[in-house]
Amino acid sequence: MAFLQLKSVGQTYFSKTSATTALEDISLSINEGEFTSILGPSGCGKSTLLSIIAGLLVPTAGSVMVNNQTVNQPHPKIGYMLQQDYLFPWKTIEDNITLGLKLRNQNSKEHIQAAFRLLKEIGLEHTKSKYPSELSGGMRQRVALVRTLATQPKMLLLDEPFSALDYQTKLKLEDLVSSTLKEHGKTAILVTHDIGEAIAMSDHVILLSSNPGRIFRTFKIPETLKSLLPFEARQHPDFSATFQQIWEELEHIEQNDHEQETS
Amino acid sequence: MSKTITNKKHLEYLLSIKKERRNIRIVQLLIFLSFFSMWEISSKQGWINPLLFSSPSKIWSLFLEKASDGSLYIHVAFTLGETVLGFILGTLFGTLLAALLWWSPFLSRVLDPYLVVLNAMPKVALGPILIVAIGPNFGSIIAMGILISVIITTLVVYTAFQNVDENYVKVVRSFGGDKKQCFKEVILPACFPSIISSLKVNVGLSWVGVIVGEFLVSKQGLGYMIIYGFQVFNFTLVLMSLLIIAVMATLMYQGVEYLESKLIKHHS
Repeated sequence: MAFLQLKSVGQTYFSKTSATTALEDISLSINEGEFTSILGPSGCGKSTLLSIIAGLLVPTAGSVMVNNQTVNQPHPKIGYMLQQDYLFPWKTIEDNITLGLKLRNQNSKEHIQAAFRLLKEIGLEHTKSKYPSELSGGMRQRVALVRTLATQPKMLLLDEPFSALDYQTKLKLEDLVSSTLKEHGKTAILVTHDIGEAIAMSDHVILLSSNPGRIFRTFKIPETLKSLLPFEARQHPDFSATFQQIWEELEHIEQNDHEQETS
Repeated sequence: MSKTITNKKHLEYLLSIKKERRNIRIVQLLIFLSFFSMWEISSKQGWINPLLFSSPSKIWSLFLEKASDGSLYIHVAFTLGETVLGFILGTLFGTLLAALLWWSPFLSRVLDPYLVVLNAMPKVALGPILIVAIGPNFGSIIAMGILISVIITTLVVYTAFQNVDENYVKVVRSFGGDKKQCFKEVILPACFPSIISSLKVNVGLSWVGVIVGEFLVSKQGLGYMIIYGFQVFNFTLVLMSLLIIAVMATLMYQGVEYLESKLIKHHS
């Protein structure tokens, strides 16, 4: 049974002058433990889709089901990680990572201890009583990962979580996130516009076309790459072949867009 | 560059900073001293009318006299108490009203024109009505102090509430937080700097409100001393009260600045 199921989800935004369809007829299902990337040109509604899955936005059409239950508000088994860390500058690292537990009323001793263990796992135990402004961008994003994992979600939604980081930090963090999620057996959906990142991290890549956002194609990442850490996967010969394939499809989407515009 | 040279350069740099700071202090002190000595001399020499402008020495001896018979303390204590209460309550009510507007966008749109009118209106003009409504007492003075600062606080704090980055709210919501928790965990703490800076503005405004209130009520306080001195043509008394107000208001402002440095160390 699929963990997450989307049934012809659509989203239309209304303004005084127009109605814009951001997403149309998105159906997909994701099994537990899978890592799926959603790839697409900017403005294809990737982040909107993630907000819908997170339960922050109720779709104008279709439905989202987790374990066969309809999601229409933030689900306790789904964690959401944003483009930037958005750690609260007025809270210490300790208070930041336990925020979710506090809000979900799970702040028992065990849960808090588990959060601290996670912080130790990613090598930032010494920052507990520091403030976010005292940490580097990469460290802050790692803390944000701990904050998301602290409530022990089954599925993680990652909204371009590495896009604000420098290249080196980004590569290191990809490895860390990938191995941490695998170790804890988490399901994950990553939204990105970086083809390499999508291939290196995931089991499936879903390509969205834009205006309105629709599923254009779904790729399976070769077994040879799946088992490797993102950094190693990037070095593998199969990587560039897959990259080429997805690249061409993306070109396709752009061409279609152009034709639509000119016709 | 070797280490000793770097160290030497650093010392020179520190010395230059120190020197500049000292020069600023000296000039400030010179302005202060020359102002008061010029005042004293021109009053003694009759260049300015000593009846209207008094002189620092007369003010000082009046201050000592009033201080020794104890009457000064009562007036100062009254005014200070009213001002502190006025500005704390003004900031508190302003923030509460801003929270209400944030909570209900509908209410905020309904109240918008009224707030604009109230903000534009000179609040001291309401003084006589306050005295009729509340009575010529402590209450109407406090009300004056609150009235003068509450609307501007509401507008400033509400704008700050609206400008909080939506993504922080998204974090709280993704953890299942409701609107109340969003306010408590994000909106309010994120706006502490704005609330404190409105506190700074309100220190000045509350002094205006309280002094005008005391003019009207005319029972006690520094405002009463000013209006009384004016009526009996004792300008030494008027100027002494003014100087005390200047010192008090500065001290209060410094107090708020100290609070600011303590409270919002980590807000960036």
